[in-house]
Amino acid sequence: MTAHAIAPARSRAETIQRVVTPGGIEAWLVESYAVPLVALEFAMRGGASQDPAGKAGLATLLAGLLDEGAGPYDARAFHLAIEDLAIRLGFGCDRDAISGHMQTLSRNSDEAFELLRVALCEPRLEQQAIDRVRGQIAAGLKRDANDPDALVARAFREAAFPDHPYGRPVRGDLESLANLTRDDLDALRIRLLTRSDLKIAVVGAIDAATLAAKLDAIFGALPAQSLLTPVPEIDIHALGERRIIDLDVPQSAIRFGRPGMQRHDPDYFGAVVVNHILGGGVFTARLFNEVREKRGLAYSVYSHLNEYDKCAMLVGGAATKNERARESLEVIQAQFADLANEGPSADELDKAKKYLTGSYALRFDTSTKIAGQLVNLQLDGFAPSYLDERNGRIDAVTLDDARRVAKRLLGDGELLVSIAGRPQGL
Amino acid sequence: MPMTQPGAEAIAADHAASPASAKIDARAGAAKSESAAAGVVHSRLANGMEIVVIADRRAPVVTHMVWYRNGSADDPLGKSGIAHFLEHLMFKGTHAHPQGEFSNLVSELGGQENAFTSYDYTAYFQRIGKEHLGTLMEFEADRMTNLVLSDEIVGPEREVVLEERRMRTENDPSAQLDEAVQAALFPHHPYGTPIIGWGHEIETLGREDALHYYRRFYTPENAILIVAGDVDFETVRALAETSYGRIPARDDAPSRKRPREPEPRAHRLVTLADEKVEQPTHERVFLVPSYTTGAPGEAETLEVLGHVLGGGPSSVLYDSLVVEQKLAVNAGAYYMGSALDDTRFWVFATPAPGVSLQQLDDAIGAVIDKFAAAEIAEADLKRAKNRLVAEAVYAQDSQVSLARWYGESLATGLAVEDVAAWPDRIDAVSAADLAAAARKWLQKRRAVTGFLESEGQDEAKDAEAKDAVLAA
Repeated sequence: MTAHAIAPARSRAETIQRVVTPGGIEAWLVESYAVPLVALEFAMRGGASQDPAGKAGLATLLAGLLDEGAGPYDARAFHLAIEDLAIRLGFGCDRDAISGHMQTLSRNSDEAFELLRVALCEPRLEQQAIDRVRGQIAAGLKRDANDPDALVARAFREAAFPDHPYGRPVRGDLESLANLTRDDLDALRIRLLTRSDLKIAVVGAIDAATLAAKLDAIFGALPAQSLLTPVPEIDIHALGERRIIDLDVPQSAIRFGRPGMQRHDPDYFGAVVVNHILGGGVFTARLFNEVREKRGLAYSVYSHLNEYDKCAMLVGGAATKNERARESLEVIQAQFADLANEGPSADELDKAKKYLTGSYALRFDTSTKIAGQLVNLQLDGFAPSYLDERNGRIDAVTLDDARRVAKRLLGDGELLVSIAGRPQGL
Repeated sequence: MPMTQPGAEAIAADHAASPASAKIDARAGAAKSESAAAGVVHSRLANGMEIVVIADRRAPVVTHMVWYRNGSADDPLGKSGIAHFLEHLMFKGTHAHPQGEFSNLVSELGGQENAFTSYDYTAYFQRIGKEHLGTLMEFEADRMTNLVLSDEIVGPEREVVLEERRMRTENDPSAQLDEAVQAALFPHHPYGTPIIGWGHEIETLGREDALHYYRRFYTPENAILIVAGDVDFETVRALAETSYGRIPARDDAPSRKRPREPEPRAHRLVTLADEKVEQPTHERVFLVPSYTTGAPGEAETLEVLGHVLGGGPSSVLYDSLVVEQKLAVNAGAYYMGSALDDTRFWVFATPAPGVSLQQLDDAIGAVIDKFAAAEIAEADLKRAKNRLVAEAVYAQDSQVSLARWYGESLATGLAVEDVAAWPDRIDAVSAADLAAAARKWLQKRRAVTGFLESEGQDEAKDAEAKDAVLAA
């Protein structure tokens, strides 16, 4: 029994087996028998940013249809099979990738892998299912039509990424959804669901040899090469601008952002530390203290680093009653300016590093979380050794580094801001 | 990584269950463990505080929780929201550890923390490396009795809570409808009042209200310590003796005396029309027994009933309304079984374009009536029970889920043994039980129906929307 397999013993990387199948498929495996479960996560590069012009929402619709009938199963039969075996299975789509999440009791893993295989390799994409899932996505869009958070996200995206795939809605809009056909779905499936750029992680009660055979069975029949439309690099546009969407609600939702740093940037860990001090630390960040704790301006106020494949950002949000929205924004901007100009204190830096390194283990306390982390590392092009090096990289950030990176990250403090509500004085 | 992340990680001093999130949260809470009991030890300190230790040796981390047996349903009349407001104020410090010290310490030790308030309980928790457990227990024990509040601190925090209410409710018509539906379902019992409180009453809550409530409920007899993770029971007990164990018993454990809801006799329809609504929705909520109030097997039957009727795309409601009749784009059901008093069973649906809420309402009624009139096939019953029992195994993968499940159960009056026996009791539910429960509990007169409607949206626009969606 390898009960300690997922413990961050001395080396977390050493718990990972790189399984490469005869068919050339690679997965990272953490073998552990502590719980009779197997979790498998995967991602394939090329998500909503691959939607053709006028067809926004296509990749999301495709992901939503993979478990709606495949191989010998119509939609109902597929759902019943999943339910009979108590499998957890879902597919998702973001801007840069289509992903899948499966968890099964280990005694049902053979059947679960076979269902995953047919979902990926032989989805039926029947018209009835297409119409049903399309209707569900449309209902979700209508539900969000006047939701302040959805509105600021849209306004931000459209201003930040004009004439770029990132400016389009991942789920599409009512108009584009209506244009999506079965042929569109089939064409996208062949382009995106392939073995190239496939990243897989498995955690649980399975050994490497068994897994290797299963991986070839599941993914082996997919096309070898994806056909991705290149997505250009883009920086956030419209810095210094404010987009206000009028909405009759008592509280203004505020979204703000500016360029961030990609994960392979030498300053990335400095940026992680600076963001933690600015708005990443839940009860300790400057934004939390200045906006919420001292002034009672908002319940939720935060910032985080966000890396799309072709755009790195520092984004954040807050929600404040209309009468004080301007004050909230001023306090936020003052914190950007102060941290950019003065940098963090030695004490802030020390505490941020302690939290960021000490809490890393908490990201690895369930098998689905571990598998998700391992897929993300692969998507970002890191080796398993990252797991052991990451805390050292954070510890190595000096006060000079942090000051320099704060200046680079927060710069002149110029932000793109979007607001939904009736903010006063803006 | 989504660009929008207003969610849990960014939110401090959270409250667990707005009605919408209750549906999701409590799903996780419904995950029960078949073999977890093997690694679970239950005990009590001399001062009355309960201890539950759940072994999970996979990683050197622990989840430390203190649950108090009081929630929003214990708010004094006219002081709605005080349980939740106090939960926020519990982060404001003590004489020994002034404001910010506890949170800064947890953060420096690489831990994460939060708190949540529900109808029947309030809980505080941290997740941290196991070597720091004793330190956390010292701090948590300190704030059980030594909280210090000043008006300067209480004032801005009240504004924070009002912003929280604006975010959750005032900005969202569907949340406003949920509040009105609950208020109609519980005209007498305090479950009819939102956890966060009514806005006009939150505005009046002050330091004295909070301290009065604090002194009444934050006592060792009223608290449950739950530790899950890489620790053994003896270690936890020794640490608890020297921290929580030093707090004297009050000798008068707070009792919760709540009025019982009378038998409902009239169906109630609550509608909310708002120009911001573009997607109408339907919900029907029935007053039903909970795990605590139900006769033996009754809650388990309702649990299975919720799953069979509306637990996902192979359920009866989804199959009939979405797949067969195409009257809805989504439909489901959910039983909120964890509650000290009689509780809620939800049926909900989103109409397809061009289908009125009344049409959908009639169809939902017909599906329930048909279900109640016959027994389901044995294979369908077996499938549902297998799925529910399997959720118990999945729960073992998350020490937070396990800790929450035990905490929620004990805080609503159940015993550790009840949790352990849950899979067997689910397995004992029969097809005849399900039909009988549907006939007994899913009667329209026991229910409140909620319609969320568009305002000022004419038929032509509806028809246009339908074309836009179905044209392809």
